Amino acid sequence: MTTNVIGTPLPRVDGRAKVTGAARYAADFNQGGQAYAVIVGATVGLGRVTGIETAPVEKMPGVVAVITHRNGPRLPYAPHKSYIDPATGERLHVLQDDQVHFYGQPVAIVVADTLDQAERAAAALHISYTAERPLVDLADPKARPVVPAAGKQPDARLPADTARGNADSALADAPVKVDEIYEIARENHNPMEPHATVAAWNGNRLTLWSKSQFVVNEQAEIAAVFGLPPENIQVICPFIGGAFGTSLRTWPHVTLAAVAARQVGRPVKLVLTRKQMFFMTGHRPRTLQRMALGATADGKLTSIVHEGTGETSRYEEFMEALTSVTSFLYSTPNVQTRYRLLPLDIGTPNHMRGPGEASGVFALECAVDELSYKLGIDPIELRRRNEPAIDEGENKPFSSRSLMKCHDLAAERFGWSRRLPEPRSMRDGRLLVGMGMASASYPAFHAPADARARLLADGTAEIEVAASDMGPGTYTSMTQVAAETLGLPVERVRLSLGRSDYPPAPSHGGSWTMASVGSAIRAACMAVQEEAAKRPQGGRPIEATASAQRDPDVAARFSMHSFGAVFAEVAVDPDVGTIRLRRAVGAYGIGRVVNPRLARSQCIGGMIGGMGMALMERTVLDPRDGRPVNAHMADYLLPVNLDIPQLEAHFVEEIDPHVNALGVKGLGEIALVGMAPAIANAVFHATGKRVRSLPIRIEDVLTV
Amino acid sequence: MLPFTLEKVTSVQAAIAAASSGRRFIAGGTTLIDLMREEVDQPAHLVDINALPLSEIRIEGSDLVIGALARMTDIAAHAGVQRLHPLVAESLVEGASPQLRNMASIGGNLLQRVRCPYFRMHDAPCNKRSPNSGCAAIDGLNAGHAILGTSNHCAATHPSDVAVALVALDATMQVRGPRGERTFPVEELFRLPGDTPHLEHTLLPGELILAVRIPGGPDSRRARYLKVRDRASYEFALVSAAAALDVEDGVIRQARLAVGGVGTRPWRLRTVEKALIGKPLDRKIFETAARLALEGARPLSGNHYKLELLPRTIVRALEMAGEAA
Ligand SMILES: Cc1cc2nc3c(=O)[nH]c(=O)nc-3n(C[C@H](O)[C@H](O)[C@H](O)COP(=O)(O)OP(=O)(O)OC[C@H]3O[C@@H](n4cnc5c(N)ncnc54)[C@H](O)[C@@H]3O)c2cc1C
Ligand code: SF4
Repeated sequence: MTTNVIGTPLPRVDGRAKVTGAARYAADFNQGGQAYAVIVGATVGLGRVTGIETAPVEKMPGVVAVITHRNGPRLPYAPHKSYIDPATGERLHVLQDDQVHFYGQPVAIVVADTLDQAERAAAALHISYTAERPLVDLADPKARPVVPAAGKQPDARLPADTARGNADSALADAPVKVDEIYEIARENHNPMEPHATVAAWNGNRLTLWSKSQFVVNEQAEIAAVFGLPPENIQVICPFIGGAFGTSLRTWPHVTLAAVAARQVGRPVKLVLTRKQMFFMTGHRPRTLQRMALGATADGKLTSIVHEGTGETSRYEEFMEALTSVTSFLYSTPNVQTRYRLLPLDIGTPNHMRGPGEASGVFALECAVDELSYKLGIDPIELRRRNEPAIDEGENKPFSSRSLMKCHDLAAERFGWSRRLPEPRSMRDGRLLVGMGMASASYPAFHAPADARARLLADGTAEIEVAASDMGPGTYTSMTQVAAETLGLPVERVRLSLGRSDYPPAPSHGGSWTMASVGSAIRAACMAVQEEAAKRPQGGRPIEATASAQRDPDVAARFSMHSFGAVFAEVAVDPDVGTIRLRRAVGAYGIGRVVNPRLARSQCIGGMIGGMGMALMERTVLDPRDGRPVNAHMADYLLPVNLDIPQLEAHFVEEIDPHVNALGVKGLGEIALVGMAPAIANAVFHATGKRVRSLPIRIEDVLTV
Repeated sequence: MLPFTLEKVTSVQAAIAAASSGRRFIAGGTTLIDLMREEVDQPAHLVDINALPLSEIRIEGSDLVIGALARMTDIAAHAGVQRLHPLVAESLVEGASPQLRNMASIGGNLLQRVRCPYFRMHDAPCNKRSPNSGCAAIDGLNAGHAILGTSNHCAATHPSDVAVALVALDATMQVRGPRGERTFPVEELFRLPGDTPHLEHTLLPGELILAVRIPGGPDSRRARYLKVRDRASYEFALVSAAAALDVEDGVIRQARLAVGGVGTRPWRLRTVEKALIGKPLDRKIFETAARLALEGARPLSGNHYKLELLPRTIVRALEMAGEAA
């Protein structure tokens, strides 16, 4: 029996709990007798702590402890690296020495009976430093690029250098060329929910109610930091109020909450401030990219040279897929990619929605747009002429690729045929109107995952897996997978997520959750049905745990990616330079759509993120001490309601039998990719001015 | 946040008496509480004035009288305000966010403090927050800062939108203190930073703002506000302009113009106004006149773009006012 719930627009199963406040987030798990911890961050950008006057603060009302590198515990910090951590370097060992690596780095933690007391005491704590001027500017000539060590490995997932043919000489010989530098500002994730951890020890066992997109890794990491067996640590995080990647890694505040709780012998609650979320919990790295394209006069690409540089910290080499799509998005015999890192005196960046691809695709898709104007070829047509038959980088067929279908669908819905090709030729009253478009791509990843299914005597089912739902609707879509596999109505399926003692799931990022966890849930449901068939009905609950992973042979045979097309229209005020997005249409080929309602909501959220990247988001560091000067929701611009116009998301019919049994490719990440170049290209079309640095602001288009 | 006491008063007398003994007024609290949370402002005693009968919005002849406690939302939605003084309504709606406007009073708005980021950072020098500590912005990041009325001690812009409109419209304010009542132009409320940037306004100790009076005139019904910024809402102005033109037979008889986002106080531009009087509504004339706004402008490292954006904003605001006229 099947219920055919996959593919239906089921409303969020947790929607009611969320809007009524019944859903509990990390900071909601208050524990009896808990104390409150506040982190004190370094006020210099590079240097050493030379003095901490703890005594006066310890005497302040309610203060229970002031913990610093001087009086705090030496922690074992046993080696631990998951795939979510940079492959090279070592995480920040918090409060273990006097070194300050970046502005805001935790240098002390104050614990008190109430939050007010802890904040007061933290503000009063006097710390002295020796300070040097940090290097925080990627464009500073003093910054020295390095080849990422992990990218030098022969089988590197993110190779530092790739080449086919001879891109340099083909570029030199190309009749038509584009060769430009593109820049993207540092961005912070800024989810609604701040990072929060409530830590409680019971002997040598620790429970952490902690915001995490990867509870099993948080468990493993904290076990390593404290030198405990992983089974002593329990991480609980049933709900997440948005994350966009910032809670993939386990940041130092989790360790600090646990240190504080152990020190004071009470549960401790630690919630980061909005400001602290600008330097302590990763960011999308600022990037500089050279993108050079060579083409024949009829628009056949003959060469692509892509040199991308991203910032990283001095202690870890954060890598992202900055140059990855360049080798397969279009057909061309000659490609060279080079990926470098610039170590700076900043905290380690981390993945932020569409990591790497969003930045790399911006450079590539703007350059292709520039080429289309040079050639006088419609930008969709130019892409069509360079549509590859196979992944020419990997020399493999695609498991499915609907890029041109996406372009055709989006172009039609958008009304691209109404566009006049000449820049600055379209107006609406006084306003300059521009239309731009771009391709998008993101890998269809898969990771091994486990899940448990339990059939109860009352005819309901329980599913357990250590995955998380940071907002995309994982609870709902996974319920659909389980209901359909079990042949039960969705109301009879109860899904539980976010506990490290559940069957392990991969990190909730990289758009692989439906593919990986969905497949595991499907496998567990099938296993439990098999088990049930062997037994008489009724009686004790029947339980089965199963794993799923991608067939390695299939994985070796195919190149697997999602593709999409994004079209945007902007209006620019020719007098005062205000840029407004007027509408946008995205079309995506993402395999099977499990829930069209959630999928659309994901896409619209991603498009808004891409709009922020294009027109607003930028964390500005003071070069004198590396402090973020706009670490405030009034000063770090994110799109607000009035900025968001009509957004449309469409899905092309795509059946991919290879990616996984569910036929799903994932769409959370790709939804952000492509939006920024579509908008940048529209701004050029509107104004005739090419802005190659994001975000594009009024001052960039004032003088045309 | 430091502990503080909160006392409610129900009469203007009691409010003034409390303030004379060093207490601070609190109205909507949208600025004050925010700054207290960050411990930039540290009053130990607050007087809640929200129960005072100062919320009225009244039309007197062609004048508009707004009680100090009237909320931004209510003023902007008032039919009389929209009809007689659309500029005031427009400048209010362009400010802050709906949630803030529902709480924020016009008295508090005029006394809101600067948005210079360093002003809120205890680990950065700031003459305004702690006198004689230096100014982190002048050699730091200053894209949002002023180009007019700055000193070597401070270059923060006055952030209010409605203040720009009030200064353009020659509004006056009525205040009462321990030594009685006085009325003076809103423009005179604001001080230049000079070498005392911590002193921002000219109210005497204990003085309570009672009301703002905006005279009506032939131009005020058609006056317009233009606020230029990178996002459509919830952002302070990069540059803004309030323009009122009295036009007869296509000739400008009177012009009133003030700008925001560029001055250390709401900036009236009388030389530009003079250059417009007797002239036709013509973009070329606007452009020539708008250049005069840059007299004495001193850009910092990060805000040169305002030299370009200011005249363009003025031209556009004059066009808008001209179209309405
Ligand atoms: C995030 C954010 C964005 C904002 N954006 C904008 C914007 O774009 N444009 C804009 O114009 N404004 C903006 N504002 C400012 C907002 O308009 C002001 O905070 C608000 O108007 C202050 O009014 P209030 O009643 O809350 O004042 P309060 O915070 O209560 O008081 C502010 C000050 O005024 C004093 N005070 C209040 N009433 C009186 C009185 N009757 N007599 C004497 N003294 C008095 C208080 O003692 C205090 O010092 C923004 C504010 C925030 C927080
Ligand atoms: S500009 Fe004014 S407010 Fe800003 S740091 Fe300097 S003195 Fe302080």
